Amino acid sequence: MAESKPKPKIKKEAEPMPKQKPEVRRKNFNEVALGYSEEQAKTEANRCLQCPKPQCVTGCPVEISIPEFIKLLREGKYEEAAKKIKEKNSLPAVCGRVCPQEEQCQKFCILGKVGEPVSIGRLERWLADWERKRGNVKKPDDPPPTGKKVAVIGAGPAGLTAAADLAKLGHKAVIFEALHLPGGVLVYGIPEFRLPKSIVRAEADYVQSLGADLKLGYLIGRIHTIPELLKTGFDAVFIGTGAGLPAFLGVLGEHLGGIYSANEFLIRVNLMKAYAFPFYDTPIRIGKHVVVIGGGNVATDSARSALRLGAEEVCIVYRRSREEMPARKEEIENAEEEGILCKFLANPTRFIGDEKGWVKQMECICMELGPPDESGRRRPVPVKGSEFTMDVDTVVVAVGRTPNPIIQSTTEGLAVTKWGTIVADENGKTSIEGVYAGGDIVTGEATVISAMGAGKKAARAIHEYLMQEK
Amino acid sequence: MYEIVGKRELAPKIKLFEVNAPEMAEKARPGQFLIIIIDEKGERIPLTVAGYDAEKGTISFAFNEVGKTTKQLGCLKVGDSVQSITGPLGNPSDIRNFGRALCMAGGVMIAPMLLQVRALREAGNKITVVVGARIKELLFYEKEMKDLSDEFYVATDDGSKGYKGLDFLKEILSKQKFDRCVAWGPVVMMKNVCEITKPFGVPTVVTLTPIMIDGMGMCGVCRVTVGGKMKFGCVDGPEFDGHLVDFDGLINRQRMFLPEERLSSLLWELQGGCSCGGK
Ligand SMILES: Cc1cc2nc3c(=O)[nH]c(=O)nc-3n(C[C@H](O)[C@H](O)[C@H](O)COP(=O)(O)OP(=O)(O)OC[C@H]3O[C@@H](n4cnc5c(N)ncnc54)[C@H](O)[C@@H]3O)c2cc1C
Ligand code: FES
Repeated sequence: MAESKPKPKIKKEAEPMPKQKPEVRRKNFNEVALGYSEEQAKTEANRCLQCPKPQCVTGCPVEISIPEFIKLLREGKYEEAAKKIKEKNSLPAVCGRVCPQEEQCQKFCILGKVGEPVSIGRLERWLADWERKRGNVKKPDDPPPTGKKVAVIGAGPAGLTAAADLAKLGHKAVIFEALHLPGGVLVYGIPEFRLPKSIVRAEADYVQSLGADLKLGYLIGRIHTIPELLKTGFDAVFIGTGAGLPAFLGVLGEHLGGIYSANEFLIRVNLMKAYAFPFYDTPIRIGKHVVVIGGGNVATDSARSALRLGAEEVCIVYRRSREEMPARKEEIENAEEEGILCKFLANPTRFIGDEKGWVKQMECICMELGPPDESGRRRPVPVKGSEFTMDVDTVVVAVGRTPNPIIQSTTEGLAVTKWGTIVADENGKTSIEGVYAGGDIVTGEATVISAMGAGKKAARAIHEYLMQEK
Repeated sequence: MYEIVGKRELAPKIKLFEVNAPEMAEKARPGQFLIIIIDEKGERIPLTVAGYDAEKGTISFAFNEVGKTTKQLGCLKVGDSVQSITGPLGNPSDIRNFGRALCMAGGVMIAPMLLQVRALREAGNKITVVVGARIKELLFYEKEMKDLSDEFYVATDDGSKGYKGLDFLKEILSKQKFDRCVAWGPVVMMKNVCEITKPFGVPTVVTLTPIMIDGMGMCGVCRVTVGGKMKFGCVDGPEFDGHLVDFDGLINRQRMFLPEERLSSLLWELQGGCSCGGK
């Protein structure tokens, strides 16, 4: 392929992402963003200034050599470019789709000061897709086995990354996943229209091809405990069990029919494919007036899923204002294009049911923003006497997720914070020798890429620990 | 994949399966449950552990063929497999010497109760067993239970065998003091038992069967109100103090997907259901 020199004059606008039209996509579960064409990828890559001191890299939690992979891409060396990314990130097809790039690499891109930053995430996605479609995903040579065995608990991004890196170092990694499919949030939480499940599958298959074993349907803490694993042949353990417990609002009427936790709603739709009921056995019931409580990715994903399941009207109710919404910017825009409504500065105070025990109304109170809280965001405070009611028949509560306590309560000596997260140092080392942890289970709800970064660091630390052992 | 190595019809439409699952066979305890998925399109259904044999490496569960999934499951034969089983899940029952225990089981729950009765007996309890069903044809394990108990009663809703309804319990309870009552069965039965034991001050444990998906605390669909607080059936239970459970709320939540369940079941029948002829 011909080498194309960067043009002297740089375009201020990024190449737009081709997408399904809003009126079409709001009726299907196919991926919304269609991905760049080869030409678009090259055009966008040519916008990169190849800064001598690239700031983008400092914004990347796993420090991908961004300018280098972009350079390889524009030289047409796709295979090498993909390899460059994979040196640091073993799940690029996922991260290219779900990372909050505007908060990370792209936030630091110099071009962002004069126009739009380089679309680093879209380029990452394009390369990963190119490699996968070619059907010849490069696998490193098998390392000499070390004879050490590591149990990895949880097959989310943290666990999959840790297992992949451990396998690449010659250790036998055995992944124990409680659900019947691997991927963690990638398979049960993030919807098909944002992250096709075939991609998650391919990534999990890749990790297994490296030599890691995957055991599904194993809830550690019940079938085996960590002390048992350490006694029965495992030399170390990595805990990547995520933040899988749903938070509820704790208001009156939350037991009513038609009220789902976002986890329940998304598990039905994504993991169990309830959108294809009755061809798949798990049902879901969507009413006409759906409200989703919350302002993060989980809320936008739930709202957009509800729309696709046939709701007449979907409204996101968030207690802060638009600026504070933690969801990815691109997804908020997508949601609005699709016709999702937003009601800001409001919070539910109770749910009212009909005679059959089904929710029919939601009472809310208006909020105003006070001074900033510990998270740096302005704290919402209720406005006295401002209650109002909305007619609703389906409610999805997406107000946060906390760690599952099963492991913590069955592992004596494992230090835990008051929020239930596991205490670990920057390398994932916990209070128990040989036991490491990383991802949402340590940080609380965070991002795919930070969970992967934690899995990577822990794998390195576990390697050192195992090799120094007598 | 988990292979079915044993299949028995306990009563019409009530089946007991034994499957190969060595690791679970070693870990399971009375009161815990399993989540079963038949195939790729299947839903996740919870079923109480009805037996385990660590030496043979097998685990058993019983079910009533009421909906699509249980009907489909009932059609599988020895040698067939189910895609996935997760377990054991939930807290094991509290088994120790309470003194005198009243064990009441209704319908399909008679099967797992046998395990509980055996364990309580081994722990040294004196045991009164009551097995119940809608009609006498649906009773099973009478001999097994009788052999394990000090006192044994049968009750049916229609009075076709043993006592009619549960009123006779009051007599039993006024004759002697019980230190523990374990009631497993349909929600309405457990609710009634709890209403009867409460005035006698007999601590009563029930096992709840809300709708479940993951069975490990992730979705919250199994939430029940116990003592005014929200609890998750799968991880806080499945057993709870029956005198604190909001049974009506539970019944309401269990009915949430009835129309969908009916549709699913009808479609299954329309497609020919199964051709095994109930074998
Ligand atoms: C709906 C939704 C949308 C999101 N969108 C984005 C996004 O766009 N971008 C982004 O960067 N982040 C997003 N996030 C956050 C991101 O998905 C998480 O931060 C990330 O997945 C955490 O990875 P993890 O590996 O730590 O945990 P998880 O992905 O939660 O995986 C943990 C795994 O461990 C398993 N497990 C738990 N306990 C046990 C046990 N005892 N034994 C065995 N297995 C166990 C669980 O079943 C699960 O599979 C989103 C989250 C949700 C819920
Ligand atoms: S079944 Fe999902 S939380 Fe209990």
